[in-house]
Amino acid sequence: MSSMTDAPKEPFRLSMLIYDSRFRAITIQVVALIAFIAGVAWIVNNTIQNLEALGKTPDFGFLLKPAGYDINQRLIEYNSQMTHARAAFVGLLNTLLVAALGCALATIIGIFVGVLRLSKNWLVGRLMTVYVETLRNVPVLLWIVFLMAIISEVPPKPADFRSGKAQMLFDSIAITNRGIYIPEPLFSRSLGDITVLKGVLNDSFYFSISLDLIVLLAVFLGGLIISGLIKRRADRIQEATGERPTTWYLRLGVVILPTLIVLYLLGFHLGFPQLKGFNFKGGIHLRNSFVALWIALSLYTAAFIAEIVRSGIMAISKGQTEAAAALGLRSGKIMSLVILPQALRIIIPPLISQYLNLTKNTSLAIAVGYMDITGTLGGITLNQTGRELECILLLMLIYLTISLSISSVMNWYNERVKLMER
Amino acid sequence: MSEQSYVRDEMLPELPPPATEVGIIGWMRENLFSGWLNTILTLIGIAIVYMAVSAALPWFLNGVWNANSLSECREILQGKSGACWGVIRDRFNQLMFGFYPHEEQWRPVLAFVLLLVAIAPILFNPMPLGMKIGWGGFILVGLWLLRLTGAPTLAYLVFLALALPVFHEKMARKILFFSALFPFVMVWLMWGGSAWYVISALLGFVIGYLAFRLLEPIIGFLFSIIVSVLVAIGWWFFLTAPFAAWMAGIIPLELTPVESRKFGGLMLSVMLGVTGIVGSLPLGIFLALGRQSDLLIVKSISVGFIEFIRGVPLITLLFVASTLLNIFLPPGTEFDIILRVMIMVTLFSAAYMAEVIRGGLAALPRGQYEAADALGLDYWKAQRLVIMPQALKISIPGIVSTFIGLFKDTTLVSIIGLLDMLGLANAIRATTAWNGIIWELYLFIAFVFWIFCFSMSRYSMYLERKLQTGH
Repeated sequence: MSSMTDAPKEPFRLSMLIYDSRFRAITIQVVALIAFIAGVAWIVNNTIQNLEALGKTPDFGFLLKPAGYDINQRLIEYNSQMTHARAAFVGLLNTLLVAALGCALATIIGIFVGVLRLSKNWLVGRLMTVYVETLRNVPVLLWIVFLMAIISEVPPKPADFRSGKAQMLFDSIAITNRGIYIPEPLFSRSLGDITVLKGVLNDSFYFSISLDLIVLLAVFLGGLIISGLIKRRADRIQEATGERPTTWYLRLGVVILPTLIVLYLLGFHLGFPQLKGFNFKGGIHLRNSFVALWIALSLYTAAFIAEIVRSGIMAISKGQTEAAAALGLRSGKIMSLVILPQALRIIIPPLISQYLNLTKNTSLAIAVGYMDITGTLGGITLNQTGRELECILLLMLIYLTISLSISSVMNWYNERVKLMER
Repeated sequence: MSEQSYVRDEMLPELPPPATEVGIIGWMRENLFSGWLNTILTLIGIAIVYMAVSAALPWFLNGVWNANSLSECREILQGKSGACWGVIRDRFNQLMFGFYPHEEQWRPVLAFVLLLVAIAPILFNPMPLGMKIGWGGFILVGLWLLRLTGAPTLAYLVFLALALPVFHEKMARKILFFSALFPFVMVWLMWGGSAWYVISALLGFVIGYLAFRLLEPIIGFLFSIIVSVLVAIGWWFFLTAPFAAWMAGIIPLELTPVESRKFGGLMLSVMLGVTGIVGSLPLGIFLALGRQSDLLIVKSISVGFIEFIRGVPLITLLFVASTLLNIFLPPGTEFDIILRVMIMVTLFSAAYMAEVIRGGLAALPRGQYEAADALGLDYWKAQRLVIMPQALKISIPGIVSTFIGLFKDTTLVSIIGLLDMLGLANAIRATTAWNGIIWELYLFIAFVFWIFCFSMSRYSMYLERKLQTGH
């Protein structure tokens, strides 16, 4: 009879670092770490030497010095006497603005195209295929500059509106070769603004928030919450008695009525653009560069979103629809209770990564002169101060922050909807 | 007595289906007018198609080709709708080659047709019959292009000698040898200068390999790898230049050198795209393996690199290439902007490639890894023989769409001042002759990109079907 014996304990030899897989892992990691640190040290050392030769030591102090250039499109107060940091902040807000509006428009167009591409209608299906294949197989930068060229050359000059050669749409929207003018919301009994962060870091980051907007949003959200409570009550009654009280007018009313009343109390009215001199005054002026960037990015990303929506819906097997129909659900209910919850699980993660792509693509603004963060911090500030290293590092850091926050939202969502597996 | 008056004892002949259910009318009823919503959609669709065609077709067909400026073109048109295609004819050469010297343009053409020769055996082998006919057509077109750009006789011979064997399955496999050499050939053809520099750089690999084969039986696998890498690096650093100069003195193999600031147009995009693709796939595979690895430090370096690159827009990396890369390198290092851009583009797409391949690795059933382990394969053998072939196959659509994205992203170099087609378009629109031209120029560029990207996406579908092994 033989008994199990432990493998003989070998004394540690140096060659085991290479030939023994237990120790080899450590060897490889140590070598990798040393190589990595050596590489980084080499680059840092070169950088220091080069910067010394150029007479520029890394220093972020320039950010608090006056910028000295103007930015023609901005969401917050800015003039050329303000700091470089302020200019970068204006640029950042511009980036976020075009990213948010772009994501919204791209989603709407994308869902529309994706659903229509699945339609049984042959002609419509083909048209949408042409849209998708055309848009996504051509570089987005080309679409941006192309659209920019078109909208600066094709629409009428503001002077043409005076001579009657061109008409405003509904007397309120003017599409000119200098941009699009749309009505602006105004409040005659305005509550004023509150200003935050005034006086911090040479006034670099202060901004004002309209109190009117806060009140409106608060009332609107309050209405939504009450409407939710009414729905819950209706659900409870349905559970208990089997009959559902009709509540849609009540739910609509509690959202809309208070909002309308507040709008009236604040004296809400529209300020229309007026032709004065050689140009339009009043209203909101959407500049060509903004419109070109916004529309081109949205159309381009919409083509990708359409494909995501289409494949998401197609991925739900036909059996699901049939099973829901067998349970006696109507087709609207089948969509909202069975198909969409499953399809969204597939659609949302790639959708968010498209949002991420769109946000990164807003950096192409520099090609059409829209002053986003790349145009201010990575463009004019960089060229004026000659601080390439600091500007580009900051720029990358800002984009990295935006990207990582979007992808953390995605990870949170993925975690939440993950199928519970054994 | 029978009460039955009549019983039919044979079948009635089949009636044809109603005319509204078959043929073109039936198809239209089913696909275009089935219900009021569909009818409305169809009518809207017809209206859109009609408006687009009625506006674009006369403009397109009425185009003027033989005009040398926009005003001349408008004179010829006399207020009628029509495209000024003259700009394409006038500037075609520039849009394709940038400012590459005119008498040397056969070199990029030769490089491009050889590129197709180099990838054909990888992409399509064996060739189906239809593709063989297409390949014959390609050879004729290639010869014609070479003739058009005034290539020397040797160029034709090289092209034919390499393109003809692709027809034959076994011979095509031998061409694969050329595919590996192609990057070096391309560098020489594009930049010119003495061929010996390229050849001696190539010799570095050969010497390293020989050293490895000679030493492996003596000092073992690991040490021989280390030694042969050191030998190759030593060759590149200390002996390449003297050797090349010496050989050039004996047998001069010279092409006129072309500076890279003269590169431009479609040629530049294709070059950046090809180097990016060739470089990013292997780099991406290593990054993906690093990210999947159990080794903590290797893993965190890979994750950090991938997430950093994916988190910033390409344009910031191009800014790094154009302004910062020289600061990161030892003082006094000067190298070419195109080379710097190539490095950045490759690193950028490698990070995306890594994520695509990681997806493929994750989609592979766990059993495949365990089976490979159970067979006693070591890590690299398991990867090479079991894991990678399957993981790469799963990730083909993603890999190809990364390639397409990379090719489209090459247009971004126009922002840092390189003259690709978009950069040239801006330059052309700024000249007096063509000031104010939009549609013709941009539509042409869009069309060129569309052809490249669309054919790549179709190829990926073909490959998916070809490699389909499931049921």
